[in-house]
Amino acid sequence: MRRLTGFNVISLTLGFAFLYLPMIILITYSFNSSKLVTVWAGFSTKWYGELLQNEAFLDAAWVTVQVAVVSSTIATVLGTMAALVLVRAGRFPGRTLFSGMIYAPLVMPEVITGLSLLLLFIGIGLDRGIFTIILAHTTFSMCFVSVVVSSRLMTFDESLEEAALDLGCSSFQAFRLVTLPIIAPAVISGWLLAFTLSLDDLVIASFTAGPSSTTLPIKIWSSIRLGVSPEINALSTIMIAIVAVGVITASLITKRASLRQQADERAAVRA
Amino acid sequence: MRRFVLIALPYAWLLALFLVPFIIVLKISLSDIKLAIPPYTPTLDFTEGWTGIKAFFSALDFENFTFLTTDDLYWKAYVSSLKIAFIATALTLFVGYPIAYGMANAPDHWRPTLMMLVILPFWTSFLIRVYSWMGILSTEGYLNQFLLGLGLMSEPLTILNTPTAVYIGIVYTYLPFMILPIYSALERMDASLLEAAEDLGCSRLKAFWLITVPLSKTGIIAGCFLVFIPTIGEFVIPSLLGGSRTLMIGKVLWEEFFNNRDWPVAGAVAVVLLLILIVPIVLFQRNEQKQRELEG
Repeated sequence: MRRLTGFNVISLTLGFAFLYLPMIILITYSFNSSKLVTVWAGFSTKWYGELLQNEAFLDAAWVTVQVAVVSSTIATVLGTMAALVLVRAGRFPGRTLFSGMIYAPLVMPEVITGLSLLLLFIGIGLDRGIFTIILAHTTFSMCFVSVVVSSRLMTFDESLEEAALDLGCSSFQAFRLVTLPIIAPAVISGWLLAFTLSLDDLVIASFTAGPSSTTLPIKIWSSIRLGVSPEINALSTIMIAIVAVGVITASLITKRASLRQQADERAAVRA
Repeated sequence: MRRFVLIALPYAWLLALFLVPFIIVLKISLSDIKLAIPPYTPTLDFTEGWTGIKAFFSALDFENFTFLTTDDLYWKAYVSSLKIAFIATALTLFVGYPIAYGMANAPDHWRPTLMMLVILPFWTSFLIRVYSWMGILSTEGYLNQFLLGLGLMSEPLTILNTPTAVYIGIVYTYLPFMILPIYSALERMDASLLEAAEDLGCSRLKAFWLITVPLSKTGIIAGCFLVFIPTIGEFVIPSLLGGSRTLMIGKVLWEEFFNNRDWPVAGAVAVVLLLILIVPIVLFQRNEQKQRELEG
């Protein structure tokens, strides 16, 4: 028997206040009309207006979105392949090294990943720019994708695919028609994870970006080093709003999907 | 054939963009600094054939690693990173456990929402979450305004640019990593055990200590490692909240590379940092494996 005690209620209230108050304050003060961020001087949306006029921020945002879309897509393909290798391929020479290379980037400090990739790019004479950031982001996020997808693959009933093969599917058809739809939720959440990791990354991007390819986190970094600014508050509010809408929508969709699946299963049992 | 492509493609990608760069770091950490492009020597020259390769290897040495032991800055930075990571992990456990415990005791229909509320901050930008504390903790920040307004103090507190601010930043950003494994351990726990203990005359506090805490041990250990390991190499939090007085190795490495442009020493700093990290990573893996065996 579990019951919610007074102590539980207090710790939940304080805990969530701690998690959310800083962001609520940030959002509130993004609507402050004063340039002095800590003094409230009335409601205004002028910082949002100034943000939309700021070419440098808009350019950086565009670079960031390009990098995130391309790198998370490649990372999802490579990560799903790596997951299939880890779970399905059995023994092959160099398997230990392979799984080591999948798990190591998850715990590698970002400064080291960034430094080593930069040294590689300089070593082979590759000019730094959007392309090198994409390479770097793909490399670390494919490992996260493969962890997410392989945990789903482990619970997957392989006899389903064998049945498809027995019924005359080619192995690629069996993958596309049977395996892929079943692991699809994991592949999609892997893509989302890779996408946010890329949007969020400051350290690795700083090492691998060239002068013409500033991402949004690098731009934010260089302006907040000097202190709090109302424009950054406005930008943060927009980013928090996008994430909140995305996460809430995604959880509603998965909830509806699981309800529908339950209904289908019930119908199948009855029939 | 298809199997070969499936294995070869991700394998080749990781070899080229993970293993090779790492070997380059190792090599540069054994090189000497030089005013040139690239700013280190020796460079491997295959055109000279075997003598070139021999000259290359004989020019490598452990000078940079000896340098790390002679300069105070580095070992102090390693020790201080470990200390900060250790204290911050303990604080995160202290803050996170009651939240996870409350979530596990909450009614069933609340749990998905509570879960989402814990995960939501994890999806928002790390940089912004750290930044949000700059406005709160500065001398004229919201916290000081609030405390001075209440008349609790006459002088503003100095928190920003001190280790305290770094601890707050780490606890805040890594809290979900602590809450989630503890919560999943507590959720699996059989609650009738507590009833049995109470029936047998155990006080609730004693039952908590003797039953709940030991049964959530794997979650506690996993959460602690998930906070401790990334905190050691943390760069953003000490740079934004810690000021110049907070020494952490991730920051030293960044500065060595971008400000001093001493690549060989930066390489050596990175190699030693990895050697330090191997211990907690191996312990973490062992804990995970033990847990899998218990479940499996």
